[in-house]
Amino acid sequence: MKRRLRQSISRAWWTALGAVGLPQERWLALPSATRRAVKTAIWLAVALALIAVFGVWDNSALLAAVVVFALIAPRWDGLTVAGRPVGKYITPAAILALAISYPYYLDYLPELPLFGPFPQVGTMVVMMIFSMMALGLNFVVGYAGLLDLGYVAFYAMGAYMAGWFASTQFSKQHLNLGAVGLYPGWTGFHFSIWLVLLMAGIATAVVGVIIGLPTLRLRGDYLAIVTLGFGEIMPQIARNGNDFLGTGFNLTNGTGGITPIDGPGFGNWAGDHLHLPANYLNAGNLDSIFFWTALGLVLITVFVSARLRDSRLGRAWVAIREDETAAAAMGVPLMRTKTWSYATGAFFGGVAGAYYASYKSGAFPDDFFFQISVFILCMVILGGMGNIWGVIFGACFLAYLDREGLANIGAQVSDTVGRQIDVPKYEFGIFGIIIVLTMLFRPEGLIPSRRRAAELHEGVHDEPLYDVAHDERLTP
Amino acid sequence: MPAMAGLLLTLLLVWLVVNLVKEPSYFVTISFIGLTNGAVYALVALGYTLVYGILELINFAHGDVFMLGGLISATMLITVFGLTEHSSTGAVVVALLGSLAVAMVACGVINATIEFVAYRPLRGAPRLAPLITAIGMSFILQNVAIFFYDTGYTGLPRVLPHGSVFSVGGVTYTWDKLIVVIVTVPVLVGLMWLVLRTRQGKAMRATAQDRDAAAMMGINVNRTISFTFLLAGALAGAAGLLYALYFREVRYDTGFQLGLIAFTAAVLGGIGNLPGAVLGALSIGFIQAYNDGLRWHSPGSDWTQSIVFSILILILVFRPEGLLGERTPEGA
Repeated sequence: MKRRLRQSISRAWWTALGAVGLPQERWLALPSATRRAVKTAIWLAVALALIAVFGVWDNSALLAAVVVFALIAPRWDGLTVAGRPVGKYITPAAILALAISYPYYLDYLPELPLFGPFPQVGTMVVMMIFSMMALGLNFVVGYAGLLDLGYVAFYAMGAYMAGWFASTQFSKQHLNLGAVGLYPGWTGFHFSIWLVLLMAGIATAVVGVIIGLPTLRLRGDYLAIVTLGFGEIMPQIARNGNDFLGTGFNLTNGTGGITPIDGPGFGNWAGDHLHLPANYLNAGNLDSIFFWTALGLVLITVFVSARLRDSRLGRAWVAIREDETAAAAMGVPLMRTKTWSYATGAFFGGVAGAYYASYKSGAFPDDFFFQISVFILCMVILGGMGNIWGVIFGACFLAYLDREGLANIGAQVSDTVGRQIDVPKYEFGIFGIIIVLTMLFRPEGLIPSRRRAAELHEGVHDEPLYDVAHDERLTP
Repeated sequence: MPAMAGLLLTLLLVWLVVNLVKEPSYFVTISFIGLTNGAVYALVALGYTLVYGILELINFAHGDVFMLGGLISATMLITVFGLTEHSSTGAVVVALLGSLAVAMVACGVINATIEFVAYRPLRGAPRLAPLITAIGMSFILQNVAIFFYDTGYTGLPRVLPHGSVFSVGGVTYTWDKLIVVIVTVPVLVGLMWLVLRTRQGKAMRATAQDRDAAAMMGINVNRTISFTFLLAGALAGAAGLLYALYFREVRYDTGFQLGLIAFTAAVLGGIGNLPGAVLGALSIGFIQAYNDGLRWHSPGSDWTQSIVFSILILILVFRPEGLLGERTPEGA
């Protein structure tokens, strides 16, 4: 079915080209740069036409189209200046510049058909935070090929670290390490959020190792279920932790959660001398500052992802993913390598969780459900397991759908149909459909890692060489 | 490590014995609740074990098929048969058997359809691909339930008689608990007979042992797998009916929670092993009832999930082959 679809699309393409006087031979004789430019232009024209027909036309759409064209159409990759390959930095740098300046031009962006307006800056913060979590999960699922269904446990751990060390939760304590925006008469631990982020990452990585050591010996699906178990246990501890193990010690403040949590900030000295925001919560453009900080955290995560992927450790992860038995035979220490992937993934989950808690000013046990684990997993799968850009795209898209997109789409659909349809109510059903369709039709994701795609299509198996599993199955 | 496991088991025993000595009749009453829970879990756990045995796939959507079974039964009992608290015994029996048949057929067909649509195309794919698909299917089924029944609980009237069967020394055993067991036992016996004594059962066992060799022997592997899913779904449908009758409320996420417990039961008994699933389900049923019900130093129902999952993790770490299973490479 898939192949027939592809064939009919290509046949339509050749027919259309023939109609404008470009038969197949002449088209293929054109330089590849020209072909690429024409193709990009056609796609953009279709997009613009869609906006014009279904959306509200706005001249900024044309500008946006020109920018996208300039980014995609020329082969920037191959560009060299004085023998140095600067080309490969051009697209990422341009995307980064576009991202940084997003809060400034957001108001001038057009409405898209179906999706409605572009996401608010507050939504962008959440998108960045989820990008970080998805990249963290990508270490485990994408690189090492271990299915983790309990990633929410790390998010929860990070959030509660922020709750413990940047709020009045432990009211008998009195310690301030660089926190900003404290009221007179404060109690509890108040560490600077930057310190808390680091502590949360390390503590979560330690939790990851503790969870990993006994369980990473298990293969594939058993590991998935055990991680799911941890993902369910952690929130339950959070919910019931207001009277920890009957000792009367209030660890997590139960179902109420820990709130408020301090905001980030650089303090008065840096505010006065370096023009850095002294306290995020007092800044006028609060969401923008949170967004830029989150963007910075994502950049760090991307850097670490890319460097680790190409390192000895990263190659060991891929080896384990492709064939555990062969990797072990080649001398890759399985347990240590897997535990590292777990700890690294947990680290970024913890940092993202702590930052999210600081942004939301609270850590609530109801945020940490199994659905969130699958939500993050869905980001990784949809975007493309093992591909950094794919994962970021998946995370941004799904987090956007979660925060704004589905509500917008629901409103549009209800308008068109003339009947109230509560689309956000079916959010996880929609994610379920996305997961199933992705696995069935494009298991490598939208922006695949080439290597992962090959594995998924050729069917590299995580099966042991010997087979003793099948004896006496289904017999008493 | 074995010493630690021994210590844990000893502590568990001490806790149970002290509770038994302190309030013997209360302990037995709680045990009956455990038996009833265990019977429902057994039906669901068998579905996991059947499918895992034949495909080595954790059918994550199985719990949700069970939930749909509960909702379908609720509709059948209330809307189609119009049962109320005051219905006569004859009407209840007819409605029960009718709903049981409908729920079993519907869930069997749903489960087999899921296999056909979502798992069969991935048969040659890496092992995690169908598992991920199963998670997606689980969410889809939950939303199907939300679409038809909304997010609230669907309640049922108290149609089962709840008078006592016998009452000895402060211990009462009520009819509704007995009926759950009465329905479960024939279903289990029938399943055993089907798997062990029929041609179809032989084909299932052969496919589970070696799919390629089974195909070479002339067994229609695809049809056998479909049949296994049909069977597992039918069991889930029966469990759904019993759950709806006994607990009298079903919701879209009932299946997710109970499915995880039942899966733990299947692993506890040794996944792929039919009597093991029943044994594991009864154990988990008792453990849950004692945890939720006993008065002397019990963690209480707030911690049920954590305890069940701790058991799952401990089993997988210490004895991955389960109580009755054999060593598999997964746990090696």
